[in-house]
Amino acid sequence: MEYESVIGLEVHAQLDTAAKIFCGCSTEFGAEGNSQTCPICLGMPGVLPVLNKRAVELALRSILAVGGQVQPKSIFARKNYFYPDLPKGYQISQYERPLGTGGSVTVHLDGLAKRVGITRIHLEEDAGKSFHPEGRAIEYSLVDVNRCGVPLIEIVSEPEIRSPEEAYAYLVALKQILQYTEVSRADMEKGKLRCDANVSVRPKGQKEFGTKTELKNMNSFRAVQKALEVEIARQIKIIDSGGKVVQETLLWDEDRQAVAPMRAKEFSDDYRYFPEPDLLPLEVSMDWLESVRKGLPELPEARRRRFIEVFSLSDYDASLLTSERAIADYYETAVGLYPNPKMVANWINVEVFRFLKEKKIFIDDLKVPAAELAALLKKLDSSSLSNTMAKEVLAAMVETGKTVEAVVAQKGLVQESDEAVLDGWVREVISAFPKQRESYKAGKKQLLGFFVGETVKKSGGKANPKLVSTLVKKHLGE
Amino acid sequence: MGELNRKKAWELLSLLDTKEISAVELTQSCLAEIDRSGKKLNSFITVLSDSALEKAREVDVKRSKGLPVGRLAGVPVAVKDILCTKGVRTTCGSRILQNFFPPYDATVIRKLKEADAVVIGKTNMDEFAMGSSTEHSAFGPTLNPIDPARVPGGSSGGSAAAVTAHQTILALGTDTGGSVRQPASLCGIAGFRPTYGAVSRYGLVAFASSLDQISPFAKDARDLWLISDVISGHDRRDSTSIPERLFDYPYSGFKGKAGLPKTTRFGIPKEFWGEGLAPEVREAVRGTIDKVSKAGYEVEEVSLPALSAGIAVYYIICTAEASSNLARYDGVKYGVRVNDYADLFEMYAKTRAAGFGAEVKRRIILGTYVLSAGYYDAYYLKAQKVRAVMKKEFAEVFKKVDFLLGPTTPSAAFKLGEKTDDPLEMYLNDIYTVPVNLVGVPAVSIPCGKNREGLPMGLQIIGPQKKDEIVLKAAIMLESLGIKL
Amino acid sequence: MTFQPSDVERYAKLARLALSEEEKARFARELSSVLEYVGQIQKVDTSGITEYETVVPLPPAWREDVVEPSLSVEEALANAPDRKDNFFKVPRVL
Repeated sequence: MEYESVIGLEVHAQLDTAAKIFCGCSTEFGAEGNSQTCPICLGMPGVLPVLNKRAVELALRSILAVGGQVQPKSIFARKNYFYPDLPKGYQISQYERPLGTGGSVTVHLDGLAKRVGITRIHLEEDAGKSFHPEGRAIEYSLVDVNRCGVPLIEIVSEPEIRSPEEAYAYLVALKQILQYTEVSRADMEKGKLRCDANVSVRPKGQKEFGTKTELKNMNSFRAVQKALEVEIARQIKIIDSGGKVVQETLLWDEDRQAVAPMRAKEFSDDYRYFPEPDLLPLEVSMDWLESVRKGLPELPEARRRRFIEVFSLSDYDASLLTSERAIADYYETAVGLYPNPKMVANWINVEVFRFLKEKKIFIDDLKVPAAELAALLKKLDSSSLSNTMAKEVLAAMVETGKTVEAVVAQKGLVQESDEAVLDGWVREVISAFPKQRESYKAGKKQLLGFFVGETVKKSGGKANPKLVSTLVKKHLGE
Repeated sequence: MGELNRKKAWELLSLLDTKEISAVELTQSCLAEIDRSGKKLNSFITVLSDSALEKAREVDVKRSKGLPVGRLAGVPVAVKDILCTKGVRTTCGSRILQNFFPPYDATVIRKLKEADAVVIGKTNMDEFAMGSSTEHSAFGPTLNPIDPARVPGGSSGGSAAAVTAHQTILALGTDTGGSVRQPASLCGIAGFRPTYGAVSRYGLVAFASSLDQISPFAKDARDLWLISDVISGHDRRDSTSIPERLFDYPYSGFKGKAGLPKTTRFGIPKEFWGEGLAPEVREAVRGTIDKVSKAGYEVEEVSLPALSAGIAVYYIICTAEASSNLARYDGVKYGVRVNDYADLFEMYAKTRAAGFGAEVKRRIILGTYVLSAGYYDAYYLKAQKVRAVMKKEFAEVFKKVDFLLGPTTPSAAFKLGEKTDDPLEMYLNDIYTVPVNLVGVPAVSIPCGKNREGLPMGLQIIGPQKKDEIVLKAAIMLESLGIKL
Repeated sequence: MTFQPSDVERYAKLARLALSEEEKARFARELSSVLEYVGQIQKVDTSGITEYETVVPLPPAWREDVVEPSLSVEEALANAPDRKDNFFKVPRVL
């Protein structure tokens, strides 16, 4: 039988704030254990939460960015459960009344565009981190509260994703949106983006959903895709052999590339949600929402289409260039200075991307500003550099952070050989050093090197030393 | 000069300001009384003799140098051991917090310190403020100074007893369902519960967040006014804190007779006179109402039908919130942890079983139940809706009258052990006080006489939200009608 | 609704409270009468109530996105029943 998979994703993204959602502790990644805590995020007796306004603004942006509806009144709720990394014994989240509902994310796969619906976007606080040191007879875990209270949005998709590849593409598109809008850094390595998946299969053509399982513990977009592939295959195998899929939570094991059931808890969860009495209902006025809307940047999908139209780029080039807001900004700056859109696109998509990949850096960390790339391409265009030389220059610029001119001169890639120009520099140098001139004339011929060096220096490294040497000798009477 | 500790704060402040007495003398007179009767009454969990005297000396120096002083400069204030005090043990009357030293001061403690009050000690209470008799404390029961065989009421019984026994001039308690007004009534002193949000809850260890309110005890309504003005005000650390000022210092109501216009209307809720009200209390409150009427004020009967469901609504909401608020006591970050456990689950369950007393456990289980899947709508959600109906009824009735008047408690102080075996019976003791908490309005309890056994009885005046000052004005007016113990 | 000792046990577990058999029996008895009493709320007509509201109407309360000093690690861990290095120490979490 032919099957179709039904996938819904739950993405947690860390909002890019300086302070936590309900207290003033820093959200900085990688701090010393328990050094970013206060009575509030430690859940000390007597403390109260106060909502970080910036966190709400960022959440509003994310809702607008996916075309969702911002609810004028949403409500925080307590999700009650016991866990050592949850200091209060409850997580402040939103339940029945989330901040955002609806909207969609456009996903590109195999040249086709598809919209994946968003069910809801809500605000919540992160929990802390438990460590489980390995070793014989170690019967304890350790808890770090630093992450407690870091602001998150949870973005729940409709079960409209139909394949693991589509899930991957959805995550890429969602990450793009979050980064473009500066809602989140959205990088999975630092835990700023996390993804759980719900998946079921059904015979193609059937309307009813099959029994779903929940997948957790995927640490990259590729892992999400792989885990889904594995789980879909597992479910199909069960059904084909006449069995029934059990609704359960499964953990992805990256090393074994397999899923395994989460150890069954002693009893089922009952989170006993109720409205958080320590916080007011979150009310968003039309004015506030309008000002957030006005501050929203052009979104990746719109920018991609504009690149294709305005710069006559291919779909492929435009997609690559708009994959990150910083790259698209870089491209537009470079094109502004050197208006050859196709050539700039090629250089970024091939050469620049290669360096980013090699060095595992983001474009913001690249030592070559867009203006310098434009300058390099101008030189290439004016034939003062060959294509090979230009690539060599770019490589040096990436390494050293020097300007095109400096690298070219230093490398002597284009030399100044115009005798009239060189002559002028030589004369200036000789008259600037009368003492050395007299010594030379008196027979101290080893000073020749000194004059040549000074002249090359004066030329910014461009002067052809051989010609300079001849000219020095000529002027000093040989 | 007489016994300083028997005087009221507003009397003492003028003596202190004119330097007829010193803050050290005053503090010593209270500490001497604590020495004499503190152990027997078990009113304090921690007495802060050293820091209190140090503060008193500091205030005396300030006054002698003519430096500006705070509004409660040199006045001893006892605080319930549910208010966090930086570096000073804060137990909530519970074993589970018997070794907890907060790293911060509650906002209200900071305000007391800024007002140059002398924080004299931390008072005994029902564990986590759950109780109406101060018998549910891990540190033993507090006795009623009027009759040590009886309870002082609760949960702020330690603070009430300390004021009654002149171990302090003023005290703070917390009133979640009557925990200040009820002990004030049973001890024959004044207790005021401000509008919800008038006093910051930051640093008040939560029992039921939507009902908790820090509330003062004093010997009369003027003193309540004085300390309410100091402790109230907006706090950016509490999202439910009211932004506007509710008190008008320096007490315009003090000047001459408390200026209540004769057109002031008092409503008498008929639901307050039903089954369970002791005849002696009925008589005493009726007597006062007659005086109010004779003094020329309008008195009329009103009805708030949803009031009768007050206790039921209250015990659903307060236990639900408590079950969540008390989840943090898990033996991980602070407090006590048992030594004997097989795994994490057992560590939690045994720690909490050993750390909490029976009443707290009972309420956590009930609260967990009313929030659980399948019962949430029928209990918690329904209770919130009934609460909203009550709010509407109060809003309606306050269109017709300025205040509500009625008994604070159904009876005078009961004997120790009398109600500990029947939780429901104990809960019903709060029947007249809990509606105030449910609708978040201000209410003051003042004495309205003694019964044949010499036990005090109280009446309460309830006003609309944010009308705290006028409620206290009404209390001052009633006191001026000569209702004395 | 009456509470059986098994009900008490179920909710006590959810609330992480280890109870003795005697406590379960006692709480079942006591909570049954409390539940019977609180059942009276069902009789109140609440059909007019649709919106969740706070106790006192209040304007929004915000915290600006400004980092404030945290506690020192020592202060954070000062009350901990058990710790190792910078961390709270708990029985193994599985």
